[in-house]
Amino acid sequence: MPDASALAAQVFTGLVIGGILVLLAIGLSLIFGLMTVVNFAHGSFYMLGAYFGVFLLGLTGNFWLSLVLTPLMVGTIGVLVERFLIRRLYGRSIDDPLLLTFALSLVMVETVRLVWGRIGLALDPPRVLAGAADLGFMYFPVYRLFVIAVTAAVLVGLWLFLHRTSVGLIIRAGSRDALMTRALGVDLGRIWLLVFAIGTGIAGLAGILAGPMRGVYAEMGVTIVIECFVVVVVGGMGSLLGAVLSGLLIGQVVGLTTFFAPKLAEIAVFIVMAVVLLVRPSGLFGEAGLME
Amino acid sequence: MDRRAFLTVTAAGATTLAFPHVLRAQSKEPLRIGCPLPLTGPFGALAADMQRGAQVAQDQLNARGGILGRKVEVLFRDDALKPAVGAQRTKELIENEKVQFVVGGLAAHVQMAINEQTKKSNVLFISTSQSDEISAKPDTSPITFHEALNPTITCRAVGGWVAQNLGKKWWIVYADYAWGKQCNAVFQETLKKQGGTLLGSTPYPLGSAEFSAHLPRIQSARPEVLVSVTPGADNVAFLKQVTSFGMRRDIKIAQPLHWLPQAKEGGPEIYQDIYAGINFYWELAETVPQVKRYVDAFQKKHGIPPGDYSCYSYSGVLEVARGCELAKSTDAMKVADALRKNPTYDHYKGKQWWRACDNKSFQDLWIVKGRGPGQTKGDWGLLEVVARVPGSEEQDRTCAEKGHA
Repeated sequence: MPDASALAAQVFTGLVIGGILVLLAIGLSLIFGLMTVVNFAHGSFYMLGAYFGVFLLGLTGNFWLSLVLTPLMVGTIGVLVERFLIRRLYGRSIDDPLLLTFALSLVMVETVRLVWGRIGLALDPPRVLAGAADLGFMYFPVYRLFVIAVTAAVLVGLWLFLHRTSVGLIIRAGSRDALMTRALGVDLGRIWLLVFAIGTGIAGLAGILAGPMRGVYAEMGVTIVIECFVVVVVGGMGSLLGAVLSGLLIGQVVGLTTFFAPKLAEIAVFIVMAVVLLVRPSGLFGEAGLME
Repeated sequence: MDRRAFLTVTAAGATTLAFPHVLRAQSKEPLRIGCPLPLTGPFGALAADMQRGAQVAQDQLNARGGILGRKVEVLFRDDALKPAVGAQRTKELIENEKVQFVVGGLAAHVQMAINEQTKKSNVLFISTSQSDEISAKPDTSPITFHEALNPTITCRAVGGWVAQNLGKKWWIVYADYAWGKQCNAVFQETLKKQGGTLLGSTPYPLGSAEFSAHLPRIQSARPEVLVSVTPGADNVAFLKQVTSFGMRRDIKIAQPLHWLPQAKEGGPEIYQDIYAGINFYWELAETVPQVKRYVDAFQKKHGIPPGDYSCYSYSGVLEVARGCELAKSTDAMKVADALRKNPTYDHYKGKQWWRACDNKSFQDLWIVKGRGPGQTKGDWGLLEVVARVPGSEEQDRTCAEKGHA
């Protein structure tokens, strides 16, 4: 039986895996909740964030500046995608934007291969964040502690934005009843644009955060987007709280399965999803009927 | 006719007169060799290196008149690191592009799928992937050749060296697919023979970039040596994470192989003092004339020194040529027989030979370690040769063990 400190270390490690998943899943969930768009290109925005990070770091030599600019740049791409592509498909069935974003993800991966090459790039964390800290029960990379902190900050910021600002109020109203919100004279088109920008921007942030840990390569969004769909489905489509808790849960599932039964690590998350769906078909925090 | 056109025509005419065999080579139907490689995905950097090696071979063959007077064309296809795609691309190469030979494959599981297609179409296949099964029954065939090292040879040699020099308490992390599993098995067997202790062995899905969940357990187990069977881009991610978790202080790291493109990508801080086997390293040019010849030709064409896997595709294409010239034919079985009858060759690093029972190539390998920051030589002088392991048939399983009567 493994000792308690190794187990504590394992839980801590799972927190970072979960953190990156949470950042991706909240954007995915936000976009779905408000716009009923299943954004298959979400992983590609994550990948784009990592590449923009490399690009900006090369240009400015400043990691902190790149960390701020990257989400803005990725969010801007998100704005263009919503305004000129996705907007044309509103009012159609849920499959149409899904197909569009799926195709978009292929285009984005190929474009990145053309621009930056087929071979992965390195993204180095700044000196202050390099090295490992002694936590008592294990050595843990300082950079990963930083990722936990940024994830927490983004979640708090997003919560304040949604619950303490009038724009946040409109977003919440729009996701509950779009027709009624419109009837009250709100231009939901602009809100959708904003939400898509925020969702993709946070995906971009997750990308630049993940880059120094996992490397930067064109296919990096392909597998993680599947895990994020699992997170969103387990948490409940459209539920932000669900996305956060389920992201952390899946992070622990991956971590602990690797610990106890590494052979099962790959399928464990899908088993969790299947079990949750059997017990609660709309996910842990989802409302029934959202998909209809 | 203006001056430029005049120059072009006279230059072409002069070339034809000076090198009549070049013209002859071009007047016949070209001989096509298919080369499926995982050009995209985590093995992309290694595949690009292999593509460059095959191109050097193609140029050299065409410069001396092609194969049996026919121009050589190597056609590259992306197998995307997926067996189904590899099979499909190979089928297309054979049926649509009419390739008569296939040289290539990098990932062991994809290479097996390629082999199924070449066997079905009676096309001679020279595999450039590390695999134990490819030269063993039931997967091998009389027209399946294996140019690369294999997990048995590599991991017996590296494992023995590591146990004697670095320590005998190991933890193994391996990619959960053909090559990784074979390496894990051979390492475990070798460690047992050396009287060592295996503290643990954990698989992970190939193409993974997140290894942190493996690390706490390894930290608390305190092995002397962490054996990392993490190919391609996984290797850089794995070593980065092991380093960032502060594990390099007490644990030595060894791998079945180093790959020069990966060592370049990760940099000397990550690769410092990591021990591994290798089939070729360009700095051997200082002592081995054949290596110098290959490195010079490669450098001239591509502007960088060749990596280890480039040699497999280079040598594989040249072996197709040698076989055809010996057999005076491009018939798969005749070429295969000719190679078995004349097994010895030497294209880039010294003597190699085909074993008749299993069409396996035997060759030298080396133990190398990564140089640290400040110790590297130029952009690519990243490794240091520690020991040479001379090629010998005893390193592999015997013909009987591999199912050959």
